[in-house]
Amino acid sequence: MIPMDWIWGLVGGLMIGTAAAIFLLGNGRIMGASGLIGGLVDRTGLGNWQERVAFLAALVVVPALMLPFYTVEVSTHITSNLGIVIAGGLLVGIGTRLANGCTSGHGVCGISRFSLRGMVATVFYLLAGGIAMVLFRHVLGVI
Amino acid sequence: MKRNIIAALSGGLFGAGLLVSGMTDTTKVQGWLDIFGAWDPTLAFVLGGAILPMLLAWNMTTRRAQSLAGTPFPAKPDPRLGHNLVVGSVLFGAGWGLVGLCPGPAIASLSWGGTGGITFLLAMIAGMLVAQPIRLRIDRIAAA
Repeated sequence: MIPMDWIWGLVGGLMIGTAAAIFLLGNGRIMGASGLIGGLVDRTGLGNWQERVAFLAALVVVPALMLPFYTVEVSTHITSNLGIVIAGGLLVGIGTRLANGCTSGHGVCGISRFSLRGMVATVFYLLAGGIAMVLFRHVLGVI
Repeated sequence: MKRNIIAALSGGLFGAGLLVSGMTDTTKVQGWLDIFGAWDPTLAFVLGGAILPMLLAWNMTTRRAQSLAGTPFPAKPDPRLGHNLVVGSVLFGAGWGLVGLCPGPAIASLSWGGTGGITFLLAMIAGMLVAQPIRLRIDRIAAA
């Protein structure tokens, strides 16, 4: 018996990949979440700001509209330790801008075109994430 | 206008997929990264499922002159790796592991993520604002 979570993961993954395919074939653009918001934040991507805002607005609104259809409680289960939250947010913001991409841009869009940069980035953020879990959960016990 | 509608369709489906897949739940992401704990392989199904349509899409770009909106397709991937790719990915991965959110799910969960979710998003934006001076500093160190 395959756990339902894996099946939902596959279904959701196919939706994510189809979304990236629509953005690529429709607008000729790589669907990278950090790049789409980052270009607005540091003003390097203001040339196509409307496209970015349309994407980000729908990214917030559509899942919000789906929530009432869930019979189980939907939660991010994010830690209540705001120090950890702020540290994590800063690291994600700095890191994705330095690396020019995150899980969607380097991971989904990069690996699927066999981009060396995408594959190398994915290896390093997975390794760093795994090491962070060992260090902060199992050694230090803070998460 | 056409570009904005396509972008909204893509962003909406991306958000729906993130919710359905469980990637807006930090316990699923941390469960995947925690190979010495109660390991949760869901993320592999998500990434695998997401790559499949994109394999087809990249293949289709080779047979078309331009996108539906009339814009060119992305240039070939840059073969140069560079220290910023590695340093940035390590920092990103560390933050991803610490909290269990990457940029897409952090934005998608804005409406139900509460104070923690908004705090994460604001810290991420602050990090994006200071990334450029940090990049210049790293470049100087690497050049020395």
